[in-house]
Amino acid sequence: MNINVRATETQGATRGIVRGGETLKEHRDRLMEATRRTKHYAGLEKLELRDTQPIHYNKLFSRLRAGVVDARETAKKIAASPIVEQEGELCFTLYNAAGDSILTSTGIIIHVGTMGAAIKYMIENDWESNPGIHDKDLFCNNDCLIGNVHPCDIHTIVPIFWEGELIGWVGGVTHVIDTGSVGPGSMSTGQVQRFGDGYQITCRKVGANDTLFRDWLHESQRMVRTTRYWMLDERTRIAGCHMIRKLVEEVVAEEGIEAYWKFAYEAVEHGRQGLQNRIKAMTIPGTYRQVGFVDVPYAHEDVRVPSDFAKLDTIMHSPSEITIRGDGTWRLDFEGASRWGWHTYNAHQVSFTSGIWVMMTQTLIPSEMINDGAAYGTEFRLPKGTWMNPDDRRVAFSYAWHFLVSSWTALWRGLSRSYYGRGYLEEVNAGNANTSNWLQGGGFNQYDEIHAVNSFECAANGTGATAVHDGLSHAAAIWNPEGDMGDMEIWELAEPLVYLGRQIKANSGGAGKYRGGCGFESLRMVWNAKDWTMFFMGNGHMSSDWGLMGGYPAASGYRFAAHDTGLKELIASGAPIPFGGDTDPQNPVWDALMPDAKIKRDKQAITTEEMFKDYDLYLNYMRGGPGFGDPLDREPQSVVDDLNGGYLVERFAAQVYGVVAAKAADGAFTLDGPATEARRAEIRRERLAKSVPTREWMKSEREKILAKEAGDHVKQMFASSFKLGPKFFKDFQTFWDLPEDWKLLEEEIGVPHYGSHYHMDVSELPDVKTVQFVEQ
Amino acid sequence: MAYTRAKIADLVDGKIDHDTLHQMLSTPKDPERFSLYLEILQERVSWDDRIILPLGPKLYMVQRKDTKAWKIRCECGHDFCGWRENWKLFACVNVRDTPEKMEEIYPRLMTPTSTWQVLREYYCPKCATLHDVEAPTPWYPVIRDFEPDIDTFYKDWLGLPVPERVEA
Repeated sequence: MNINVRATETQGATRGIVRGGETLKEHRDRLMEATRRTKHYAGLEKLELRDTQPIHYNKLFSRLRAGVVDARETAKKIAASPIVEQEGELCFTLYNAAGDSILTSTGIIIHVGTMGAAIKYMIENDWESNPGIHDKDLFCNNDCLIGNVHPCDIHTIVPIFWEGELIGWVGGVTHVIDTGSVGPGSMSTGQVQRFGDGYQITCRKVGANDTLFRDWLHESQRMVRTTRYWMLDERTRIAGCHMIRKLVEEVVAEEGIEAYWKFAYEAVEHGRQGLQNRIKAMTIPGTYRQVGFVDVPYAHEDVRVPSDFAKLDTIMHSPSEITIRGDGTWRLDFEGASRWGWHTYNAHQVSFTSGIWVMMTQTLIPSEMINDGAAYGTEFRLPKGTWMNPDDRRVAFSYAWHFLVSSWTALWRGLSRSYYGRGYLEEVNAGNANTSNWLQGGGFNQYDEIHAVNSFECAANGTGATAVHDGLSHAAAIWNPEGDMGDMEIWELAEPLVYLGRQIKANSGGAGKYRGGCGFESLRMVWNAKDWTMFFMGNGHMSSDWGLMGGYPAASGYRFAAHDTGLKELIASGAPIPFGGDTDPQNPVWDALMPDAKIKRDKQAITTEEMFKDYDLYLNYMRGGPGFGDPLDREPQSVVDDLNGGYLVERFAAQVYGVVAAKAADGAFTLDGPATEARRAEIRRERLAKSVPTREWMKSEREKILAKEAGDHVKQMFASSFKLGPKFFKDFQTFWDLPEDWKLLEEEIGVPHYGSHYHMDVSELPDVKTVQFVEQ
Repeated sequence: MAYTRAKIADLVDGKIDHDTLHQMLSTPKDPERFSLYLEILQERVSWDDRIILPLGPKLYMVQRKDTKAWKIRCECGHDFCGWRENWKLFACVNVRDTPEKMEEIYPRLMTPTSTWQVLREYYCPKCATLHDVEAPTPWYPVIRDFEPDIDTFYKDWLGLPVPERVEA
C-alpha cells in the first residue's frame, strides 16, 4: 500500500518525525506523487480497511466525527465573543500527517482547506527542523498569503503524536472580532494593502508543553483592540484541539494504530470517490456558464483610503465555466475573472477553492464526509493575477467574503440547471444572498473599554428560492450553515447600540414564481458610546445574486444613517421617534420625524469609519435571496399573503406579479381574482410591446461598445479581464462581431491602474516555498 | 428510495409535503426520477412532440415528431431555435437600464444602479412568458448557460436509448 510506513528504507538516514521515520516533506512528496500517478488520493486504488472491514471503518468515522462536533459544541461555550458563542463562527478539523483533512466539525467549514494549507506550508518550508515540531506544541496562523480567508480567522494548530511519532494534526479556527487593522471590526474597509489589514501570524510556534509562551501572550493581546475576546477565543481553540487530540489517542489505544493510520488516508480517497459518485447521481454531463459581479464604489467621499491610486470605482467580475465529464469528474474554470484590487475584497486561491465546499455541503455533498477528498476530485483553474489568485504580496483580504459569496452563488445556479433537468427539483436553488450589511466600528463602549464591533446579524439573510417553494427568510448565510441572527439582548450587551426596530425587509427577496427569502433590518440607536465610529459594508450599486429561470435578482443594498437627530429632546417631550423598519425607502417616514437631522440615505453601501455619537441612528439591512421562475406564475394568494406578512410593498403586487388585492379597513389585503387575471393578461401585452428581438437589441449595444460608451468602472472591469483572460477577450470580440484590431486597455480609460504591470508575489521572497493548489 | 408518481407530481406542482421533501433532500437520489418526471411533464403539455430535457418551468428541449429535429421550445409551442443554439438570441428582450425601469421591480434605493448593472428580461415572442433574467454590466455578451451532453447522459448515465436526432 502506498501509505505504508517505510521504517526499513529510512533506517540510517536522519530520522523524521512522521510515523515510520519519514520527514514530513518526504511523506507528503510520496503521497502527492502517488496521487498524480494513479489519480487516486495517495495511490489508494483499493480501500483496504473500508473494503475488508466496513463496519470497523464506519465505527472509526462515526466516533471521530462525533468527537470533533462535540469538541466544537463544548469549546464554543468558553468564548466570550458573541460571534463565536452566539453565531457558532468556529470549526475544528482533523488532518492526517500530510495535512490533508480527514473529517471536520460543523460550523465555518471553509477552513477544511485553509488550516490544511497552513500545515502544508509548514511541511514545505521545513518547520520540522526549524522551529521544530514536537508533541504538545501549539502553532498559530492567520496569514492570508498562504491560504487563510481573512486575518480575523485565527487558526490554532496542534500536532498529534503517538509513541513519539507524528500521526496527524488538529486545527481549530474562530472568527475573532478584531485583529487590529486600520479600522475597527473584523472585516474593515479603510486599508488597501496587507500592511493595514491587521495582525498577521505565519504558522508561528506560540507554545510548547501545552502552554502558551509569555512573549506571545504579551505581544498578541496588544496588537488587537478587543483583548479579552482575543484571549478567550484562543482558549476556545486550544480546548477544542486538546479534546480532539485526546480523542485520537483514545481511539488509537483502543482500535490500534494500524487501523487509525489506514483510516486517516482512506477517508480522503473515500471523500474523492463520494464526490464523483454524487456528481453522476445528481447532475447532467455538459458545460455550464454563469457569472457574478459585485461593486467596489471607492470614488465616494465617505470612503476614506490612504492612497490616491485606490480612489476609484471598480467592479469585481467572476465568470465561470463548469465542465462535467462522462466519468463524473469535473472542472471549474474562472477564465476572464478581473484583477485583484486596492481594497480588502481579494481572496487567496485556497479560501476560494476550500470555501466552495461550504456551499457544496448544502447541495451536492450534504453528508458528514467533508474532507480534502472533494478538493482532490475537483480541477480548479484560477488565472494568476485575478482577485481569487493574486500575484502581489501587498494584497489585502480583510473582507474576502464581499465577492466570494457572490462568485459561488453563480455556481449554484449552474448546478441547479442540472438538478432541474433531472427532476431533482428539491435541490434547485436560485442562489445565495449577498451576506451583508456588516455593521462594524469601535471606540469606547458602554463599559468604558476600548472596543470594536462586528454585528453578525447577517448570519441570517434570505436564501434563494427553490423550484418548489420560496426561499427561507432571515434564515441563513452561505458561509455558515448553522448561522443565526443572535438575540437582540446579547447584541445590546456587546455593542453600545440600542434596538429601535427589527423587522422583515420587504421586497429584499427577488421576485419569482417562488420568491427569494427576505432579509431583515435592524434600526440601532447609539447609546452610552464615546469617541465612537461605525461604517457600512455590503453591496449597493449591484445585486450580486441573479435569479433563475425567470426569477429576478435579490434587491441590492443602500445605507441609512442619521446624525444630530434631536432624539434626546423628542424622547423627553414624548414626540414620535423612528421605530421598526424603513419599509419603503422610496417613501420614507422616519426622516420627517427628525427635521434637523443630517441624514445619509443613498446607494453608498460601503463606507469607512464615520463618527457617531449618542442618539445617532444606523440602519442594518440584511439582504434577501434571488427568485425562481416567472413572477406571473406565482400563486396569487401567495402574493396576498406576502402583503399581509410584510414581505412585499403594496404597489409591487400589481406591478411585478399582476396581482390585484383589496385593502380592508383593518389593513388586511384580500385577493381580487378577476382583476388579477385581467392585470396579468395586460402585463403579457406590455411585455411584448416593450421588448425587441434580442438580435435587434444587440445591434444597438454593439454600437455602444464600438463608441466605448460606458462608465469607467465598467470599462476598467472589462479591460482587466481582457488582459488576464485572452480567451474571454476573444469570445467577447467574436460575440459582438468587433473588428480584429478592437481593443480596450486600462491605460486609455484615464483611471489609476497600479498593480496592472508591476507586482511581486510572496513566492519571490527569500527562503519561501508556496504551495500550489490550482491550475493558474 | 423510489417515490410514487403522485409524490413527483406534487413536487412539480410545488405542493410536496414537508416530510417527503425532507426525505428527498436527505437520502440518496432515486435514479428512476428522470423517466417519471418526463412522463408527468409530457402529459401536461399541449403538444405531443417528445420532451428530451426540461430546461426551465416552461422551457424544454424537444424532438419534433415530424422531422426528428431537436428544438428549444416554449410551453406554448413556440420553437425558439435548434438545440445547439442559444435560445435567448431568438427571444424578445426588455432591458431595464434606467432608474425608472428598475423602480418598476424594486423600491428606489433597493434597485441596482443602471450604470453599473442592467436587467435583461428574455420573453417568449408568442406568449410573453419570462424565461430568464440576466443581470450583468452593460456590454456583457448574452450568456449561453447550458450545453448538456445528452448522449452521455442518456446512454451512459441512465442506460436509456438516445432519442433519434436529425441535425438541421
